[in-house]
Amino acid sequence: MAEKSWVEACKTDDVEAEDVIRFDHSGRTFAVYRSEDDEYYATDGLCTHEKVHLADGLVMGNIIECPKHNGRFDYRTGDAKGAPVCVNLRTYPVRVEDGAVLIDIG
Amino acid sequence: MSAVVRDYSLSGPQGRAAVEAGLASAVWYSSPVARKQMKELMKRKDGPAIRDTLIWFASLAVFGGLGIALWGSWWAVPFFAVYGVLYCSASDSRWHECGHGTAFKTRWMNDVIYQMASFMVLREPTCWRWSHARHHTDTIIVGRDPEIGVPRPPKMLSLLSNFLAINSGLNELREVAIHTFGYLTPEERGYIPEMEQPKVFRTARIWAVIILGVIALSFVLHSWMPLVLVGLPSFYGAWLYLVFGLTQHAGLAEDVLDHRLNCRTVYMNPIFRFIYWNMNYHVEHHMFPMVPYHALPRLHAAIKGDTPPPYHGLLETYREIIPAVLRQRHDPEYHVVRVLPANARSAEELTAQPIAA
Ligand code: FES
Repeated sequence: MAEKSWVEACKTDDVEAEDVIRFDHSGRTFAVYRSEDDEYYATDGLCTHEKVHLADGLVMGNIIECPKHNGRFDYRTGDAKGAPVCVNLRTYPVRVEDGAVLIDIG
Repeated sequence: MSAVVRDYSLSGPQGRAAVEAGLASAVWYSSPVARKQMKELMKRKDGPAIRDTLIWFASLAVFGGLGIALWGSWWAVPFFAVYGVLYCSASDSRWHECGHGTAFKTRWMNDVIYQMASFMVLREPTCWRWSHARHHTDTIIVGRDPEIGVPRPPKMLSLLSNFLAINSGLNELREVAIHTFGYLTPEERGYIPEMEQPKVFRTARIWAVIILGVIALSFVLHSWMPLVLVGLPSFYGAWLYLVFGLTQHAGLAEDVLDHRLNCRTVYMNPIFRFIYWNMNYHVEHHMFPMVPYHALPRLHAAIKGDTPPPYHGLLETYREIIPAVLRQRHDPEYHVVRVLPANARSAEELTAQPIAA
């Protein structure tokens, strides 16, 4: 895997447990999640229903709920969990190094 | 006065013009609320909705039971009148909240009450889920929002008939009949994704069986009672949800990207708020649909400095709505202009935020 496709999205403390933040990079937008048990995940930043930032939504367990029409995704797999979201969310590999959250945006 | 003719259909030129003007799927104004506080407000709970649902079911049983006990006497009428409002008008807000998935924390509870309330208020659950999603994306944008309750110029007869759901309810039954045979209207095909369409047909067939079953039971028993309990309350109990619902947007601006200008927040008494599940905080609900009904009063307190003053009760609200709607019959350009507080931010300040792709 090309190392250059890994970018630092944030510091581990930038996102609270069971929460999400927005990360913009090179004209793209991502959502970076921290689960209750301090695992980190990353997905595309915009809902697949309409272009709404998921980082304004609500994290409940493994679910991110979109702030616009309450569509739900499993942020670990990107699976859409029912209307009005029908298209899965793209996910990205994540690793934590020296207190930083890196995502492979390649 | 040269009034522009408005085309409210979703497939007409005005919808295309809205897209070209950047009014469709646009970024809307939202009042500043710190993320920490917003997370607190968005928090889901089962407790309040379970409590309210038990009270709702118990009230239906009591008023329906007293109506049955007094069947044949005029004394049954007031009990069925209340039963009808609980059956239909309270279902309107249950349909709404559970459709957003915010009423209960537990998903299946939202889904069960959503299906039940959809039947009781006569709104096909799949069609209306998609129509309501569009209403939130493009609130009161002409040619985009399928839920504009009072188009301009208003059609007074149809509006007034809806106090008994005559137009809306019969229209819904007509659509159920169409869906039972596996067809959708062109507009529905426009906003219901293909993979969701089989659900529409399945629900319509279940509804048709229930409705025909109740009619058959009434015939067998030689009594209207089954229909007065199931089916007809969707009509005779509809008036209060329209009284509440018209306060949301009627007479206000179209084609603006700021919910403070096209929604109303109206203070109501606790009984009305129970029936309406706090949807009287309508500016707040549209701005932050993630906030459950039980947290809307707290959200209102958090942002009221940034929104126009709320209305004090239905009387004050209808003092504005009735003259505005009557005037719109001759002057469709007219609308009530909501005035923002002097220190409030404007929509332009906020909508400058680009959306990265
Ligand atoms: S924009 Fe996300 S559910 Fe509609």
